[in-house]
Amino acid sequence: MSRLSKRFADLASNGKKALIPYVTAGDPDPTITVSLMHAMVEAGSDIIEIGVPFSDPMADGPVIQQACERALIHNVSLSDVLDMVTTFRETNQETPVVLMGYLNPVEVMGYQIFAQRAAAAGVDGVLTVDLPPEEAEDLIVAFEANKIDPIFLVSPESTVDRFKQITKYSRGFLYYVSLKGVTGVKSIDAEAVGHKLSELRDYTGLPICVGFGINNAQTAATISKIANGVVVGSAVVKRIAENQNDQAKIIEEVKSFLAGLRQAIDAN
Amino acid sequence: MTTNVIDRQANLPNMPDEKGHFGIYGGRFIAETLMAPIEELTKAYEVFKSDPAFIAELDKDLADYVGRPSPVYLASHWSEHLGGANIYLKREDLNHTGAHKVNNTIGQALLAKRMGKTRIIAETGAGQHGVASATVAARLGMECVVYMGEVDVQRQAANVYRMKLLGAKVVPVTSGSKTLKDALNEAMRDWVTNVDNTFYIIGTVAGPHPYPEMVRDFQTVIGREAREQMLAKTGRLPDALVACVGGGSNAIGLFHPFLNDKDVEIYGVEGGGDGLETGRHAAPLCKGKPGVLHGNRTYLMEDENGQIIETHSISAGLDYPGVGPEHAWLKDIGRANYVAVTDTEALDAFHALTKIEGIIPALESSHALAYAAKLAVKMGKGKNILVNLSGRGDKDIHTVAALEGITV
Repeated sequence: MSRLSKRFADLASNGKKALIPYVTAGDPDPTITVSLMHAMVEAGSDIIEIGVPFSDPMADGPVIQQACERALIHNVSLSDVLDMVTTFRETNQETPVVLMGYLNPVEVMGYQIFAQRAAAAGVDGVLTVDLPPEEAEDLIVAFEANKIDPIFLVSPESTVDRFKQITKYSRGFLYYVSLKGVTGVKSIDAEAVGHKLSELRDYTGLPICVGFGINNAQTAATISKIANGVVVGSAVVKRIAENQNDQAKIIEEVKSFLAGLRQAIDAN
Repeated sequence: MTTNVIDRQANLPNMPDEKGHFGIYGGRFIAETLMAPIEELTKAYEVFKSDPAFIAELDKDLADYVGRPSPVYLASHWSEHLGGANIYLKREDLNHTGAHKVNNTIGQALLAKRMGKTRIIAETGAGQHGVASATVAARLGMECVVYMGEVDVQRQAANVYRMKLLGAKVVPVTSGSKTLKDALNEAMRDWVTNVDNTFYIIGTVAGPHPYPEMVRDFQTVIGREAREQMLAKTGRLPDALVACVGGGSNAIGLFHPFLNDKDVEIYGVEGGGDGLETGRHAAPLCKGKPGVLHGNRTYLMEDENGQIIETHSISAGLDYPGVGPEHAWLKDIGRANYVAVTDTEALDAFHALTKIEGIIPALESSHALAYAAKLAVKMGKGKNILVNLSGRGDKDIHTVAALEGITV
């Protein structure tokens, strides 16, 4: 059983839902990322999502786009991100780590090398935002050989045909995009999300986590009632941006924000 | 297979395939959130591209509104001055709005109307595609938002004002390198947020399938006309075609109808900036590597980590780190040659055509002219070269004047 599957099984047996924060690796500089990962775990996170900085993050809003720009000032590469995961794993073997990023850095490293190095570093799942299943065959083969879970997005507009195609290749969990738009947008319609999730469950037994637009404890609580987990990205990154010159403050702010989310989710 | 070069005696296969691939290039590398609007567009385009009523309306607009067919002009004075082959110019600069871009925006706007969309968005570099989009939006009574890198807003102020006059909202993009690629990112973000009422008019033969195919189809009117015009004027096909390549829409529009004419040499000219050896250029086909950006696999300007790097060209319309996937494929199979000329060479050609033929060419097109001038000398008398004069240079006079220390 993969680390992701085990984590979801444990959560389910305890009647709990997953809290999945996202940070861009190397934001605001590379020295903070591993400490931040540990801090997020301490604050009650179940899975850590790490963004691989990319110069052209088309599916992200301004908050994560600027996080990429901050990281790229330090030339944080895919290889550096894998090194950070390796360091994190020295003291944490339980918490699943998912990489989220765009295809081009992976293309440059090469699918095989990337899959091998990611597995060796202790990466559990990879979400390649601009790689839909129909273009993903070769990468999926490399992932399978190295026991990495390929994670795909499902959107409110995805048709039944696409559900089938996406669920066929997905492992670990499905990432449901809660609304139209890019990451970090404002409002979220819980009823519509719930409706879509129940539709989606006809096609998959995988856990479904919801992201894009979850920016406060209340929304996290509402969504975690209907989903297996919530992904919180821009709201975390915003706290990093606001305190970018003070590492201690970043860690403190992110921890207290996530602890609040944890509490709200568990209160359900 | 020992070689990927297709037998030049045989006809080239029809490209792209049903998934939008040109060989290993093209495809659909987009987030799931964009998949529904892309599929909706693909279906609509499939229906309308063979609908006689749609084609008739498009042809009528191209004739009466754009002013097609555009003439082919023998630049006899310049050819004589150079002392080599005859240079013919396909005068896309004479189109309404001053460039080839309108061939595509007319087509996509008609498609948008038939799909029931009420809002048009577009990205623009030099501003020509933005102006062409704002123009058709004004005519069809549609809302229009144009994304333009902040750097380009500065260097193409006249086009920014033109778009505003036409009722479009111009949004300066401040992310990344603040040029065309970032404008494209921002337009994609708008589209994914406003899919219900919005049609995204991409201005070049890049982006996710079906854009490279659709934009090519709308631009091949250039090559279809030019092929007939050359046969009528000279009794034979040209010996060589030359066009500038940024994203590559004017080039593919000219090249495509000639791809199976194996004796016609094809040259795409990229922005060589300060020179290919300096690294400061916009020539992914000459110096880049295959990768994935903006929804398709193609040649890119990237660093060793796969980050897209800034490009440099005097011409805003060529300042793009990628290129249409069909060009990537034509390069790999050896059907077309891709070369680069420097900013300085392009400027020399700009001045030469202006002084000798009384035609002010766009700086983009000046790259094609500069290469054609070299080629004319190399090929010699008796040969015919057809250059796509893709746009007029009025928009560039401030740039050229500034280089000469003159404020206009």
